[in-house]
Amino acid sequence: MQLKIVLAFALGGLSVVGCAIRPSDSEVESATARMLQTSFKPRGQATVDRLNQDEVQAVCSLYKGEPPEAAREKIEKAQQTTIRYPNSGSLLGDWRQGERIAQSGVGKQFTDDPGRPAGGGCYNCHQLAPRELSFGTIGPSLYQFGKLRGSSEAIQKYAYGKIYNSEAFSACSNMPRFGHNGVLTEEQITHLVALLLDPDSPVNK
Amino acid sequence: MPFYRLLAPVLAAMLPCVSLAQQDTQKEIERYRQLLQESNPAELYEARGEELWKTRRGPKSASLESCDLGLGPGVVKGAYVQLPRYFADTDRVQDAESRLVTCMVTLQGFTPEEAKRNPFSGTGVPMLTTDPFSGVGRRSVMTDIVAWVASESRGMKIAPRMSHPKEREAYQAGERLFFYRAGPHDFACVSCHSGEAKRIRLQTLPDLVHSAKDAQRAFGTWPGYRVSEGELRSMQWRLWECFRQQRFPELEFASDASIALTMFLAKRAEGGSFDAPSLKR
Repeated sequence: MQLKIVLAFALGGLSVVGCAIRPSDSEVESATARMLQTSFKPRGQATVDRLNQDEVQAVCSLYKGEPPEAAREKIEKAQQTTIRYPNSGSLLGDWRQGERIAQSGVGKQFTDDPGRPAGGGCYNCHQLAPRELSFGTIGPSLYQFGKLRGSSEAIQKYAYGKIYNSEAFSACSNMPRFGHNGVLTEEQITHLVALLLDPDSPVNK
Repeated sequence: MPFYRLLAPVLAAMLPCVSLAQQDTQKEIERYRQLLQESNPAELYEARGEELWKTRRGPKSASLESCDLGLGPGVVKGAYVQLPRYFADTDRVQDAESRLVTCMVTLQGFTPEEAKRNPFSGTGVPMLTTDPFSGVGRRSVMTDIVAWVASESRGMKIAPRMSHPKEREAYQAGERLFFYRAGPHDFACVSCHSGEAKRIRLQTLPDLVHSAKDAQRAFGTWPGYRVSEGELRSMQWRLWECFRQQRFPELEFASDASIALTMFLAKRAEGGSFDAPSLKR
């Protein structure tokens, strides 16, 4: 663990230049932990246990989002086993509902009503339907996602799995694990799969 | 004042209809910024802040005029760009806001809770006019004073200190916090603030990891008057709002984590020109 921390700081490229004496890594680590404990307070649904990291979050933080190959493989393999598919029915839901979920960025903030379903906020980061011009660019454009790939069962499974748990496909991805972390329901995810893959979806026009 | 109050929401409401294509939208926002640059409503906050600095307040009926922001008692000129920094009397690294809290407590006799009670203006709850930490309506004394203190560093170079061990510790802890992923969305600061010209919807995001220019522009333009909200916002507010959107619990005002992150960001922005209080979308 200690070695990993040293390595991560060496790789960081954000080194403190010109410091004769630096606090040791363990000092910084405990200072950071103390700050996290004392600087946040629970509000609404955002309780302080949200500050506790699972293994993926801890490893991705340690390597600043760029884990070495072995760590990457380990994360992806472990996260693959978390994906739950709906017990019955198609993975291809209703693209119209999918579009609404993709537009909505609400959910899980302390100012959000926990009783209301969360959105996926997909347009925050991705281009999807071309008529929506207000889209973000943190993720790749998904315009014509289905038109380019078809809508075979394998593609459906991939799209569902990627939304359910992005870490299973790309360790330390910026994309939330919508299914695994309980942000979206399985049904909501099938609607997003339809938005991506249904030939009638505006994404594929 | 009533002019701005009316104008801001109207102009803000107009923003989305300015243009259909995004590039044009971005250009229009730039043009619109320039239009208002010469009459930035932030000046009203600054003027109130200067007045508040000189006003006798609190149980000790004292002004803040002998407050030490790092350059000696009462020296405000150039203080903001050298914050956060270590203060021996509190044995803490402090940013502008947390230092103002200290001064309100030691000089004016307020309790820390009182001094921190209404840190952001216009948060939706109209405050009583008798409340010593708000003015008429939804004002925040803290926001007003920070606006003025920041304005006294306008045009100067961002120059955070890094000589005391606690300053270095704050920087390094701030760096860790920047990369700290947690919560139901797995977000860290870095999730949005890495990579060239990334956007959330149409809002461009500063790349605080790879671009000194972005970091300088970002750090150098807070506090800023936000047209979309009709309020002046501070760096403390910026961090508070980022963590809300990260789905973290609520960031405590003037907390050590907020100061450490500010230290990290200030250091990333070192050498840049401080151009705040600015005007923002």
